[in-house]
Amino acid sequence: MSAARVLKNGGRAAALPVALIVLAQVAATVTQLESDSLASPADIAMAFVSVMGDGTLLKATADTLKAAAAGCLLGVGAGSLLGIVLGLFRIADDALDLTIELLRPVPVVALIPVVMMLLGFGAEMEIVIIALGMLWPSVVLARAAVKEVEPRLMEVSNVLQLGFAARVWKIVLPAILPQLFMSLKLAAGYALVVAVTVEITANPLGLGYGIMMAQQALRPAEMFAYLIWIGAVGWLISVLLNAAQRTFFPAFVNGEGR
Amino acid sequence: MKAVPLRKLVLGIGGLAAFILLWKLVTDAKLVSPVFFPGPERTYVALVKGLSGGPLLSQTFETVKRMLLGWLLASFVGILFGALVGVSKRARAFIAPTLELLRPLPASAMIPVAIAFLGFSDNMVLVVIAFGALWPMLLATVHGFAAMEPRLYEVSEVLGLNRAQVIWKLALPSAMPMILASLRLGLTISLILAVVGEMLASREGLGQSILAASRSFRSADLFAGIVILGAIGLFGSRLLSVAERHLLRWQASSR
Repeated sequence: MSAARVLKNGGRAAALPVALIVLAQVAATVTQLESDSLASPADIAMAFVSVMGDGTLLKATADTLKAAAAGCLLGVGAGSLLGIVLGLFRIADDALDLTIELLRPVPVVALIPVVMMLLGFGAEMEIVIIALGMLWPSVVLARAAVKEVEPRLMEVSNVLQLGFAARVWKIVLPAILPQLFMSLKLAAGYALVVAVTVEITANPLGLGYGIMMAQQALRPAEMFAYLIWIGAVGWLISVLLNAAQRTFFPAFVNGEGR
Repeated sequence: MKAVPLRKLVLGIGGLAAFILLWKLVTDAKLVSPVFFPGPERTYVALVKGLSGGPLLSQTFETVKRMLLGWLLASFVGILFGALVGVSKRARAFIAPTLELLRPLPASAMIPVAIAFLGFSDNMVLVVIAFGALWPMLLATVHGFAAMEPRLYEVSEVLGLNRAQVIWKLALPSAMPMILASLRLGLTISLILAVVGEMLASREGLGQSILAASRSFRSADLFAGIVILGAIGLFGSRLLSVAERHLLRWQASSR
């Protein structure tokens, strides 16, 4: 693509958001907006600078991201391990398949009250819920990946008489690494969603709690500043993970749509 | 569809039995306090009691109604708007990047905004569900239209089809696999947001019911609610899978 073309595409992409922001600002100025639910773009920008300046936004972001990252790693780790075992041993897979299919559709938010009762509020409870939410998708992806490992590699491991640990470590893991990364990538975006949901619903910390408080204090500018920031964080995570995937597993990027 | 092999069925039921037995053993041994963690019998009793004459049945009905209404609204708006954007190359160039930008935004982050506008009302919950479930369908439709075989567009020009005919006769059928997959995802999201919305806005339904059960330490009622929510999720996604296979029969034979 030529530079002029990139510029043209970028210009077209930016046209709509820019037009909307300008329109909102003009409308707010003309009507001299005073509202408990709306705010002009300029006010939102000012509110953003103020929550960014006093550190509340950064601390909330750190809380949310820490919980999301911990829950994501825990859930994807445990789920992938179980998925690998199920992929390797058909008998375990057959025995557990029905149970997993019955547990999988339970919406993760339904577990909020359970975990809340067991652990109370705080980062721990949030991490456990996120991990539980990531568990089943990771099991399913890892199991499918192991079943697709080239059968000859498995024959090689039989010939070499590798033990279970050696077989997983030397043959299976390297073969399914791209799929595991994809699983982690999908989970990372989802973990942020679950984290914010848990914070909005119950847990008094992080970005979700921040946006909820801004709404309840009737500070719409701050609420929208949080909203835009949450969107920006989510977008940035997906961009970074996509870039990482392209760098480390270039051959696998197109396999995503399966 | 192939019948499930006997071996798998026997092992599967054995596995499920083992899981319930383990659950019973853990609770009988009081590894976790029974106040927080009820055994399978107590959950079953609470389930039966709640469904026969208890409040669970009407709460289930409320939640399912909310989920379906939000989902239908999202499907309608998502596919319609997606088709309008997707069918024109120019509209795609201008609008699709903004949609992609908005997609990673957690739908639950819109809840405070919806509360600011609509208060703690049923409509607020409905709007949140519809907004959250909208994205997969909208983007799947846009992408499905964009990925249509370019020759089909040429065919439509030769045949002199107008835009509505292009959408209805060519683009929608070719985008159908993606759209159907997104409908299933949208239903999952709808159920999640219905529960969250009920919890936050205290509207009648299973979400509010399990939160109240947890606050008053009625763990058996809480688990009964979770079992029903799981059943709703399972039933919904199975139903849509069957519909998907049925609607995509032509694809298997034409390829």
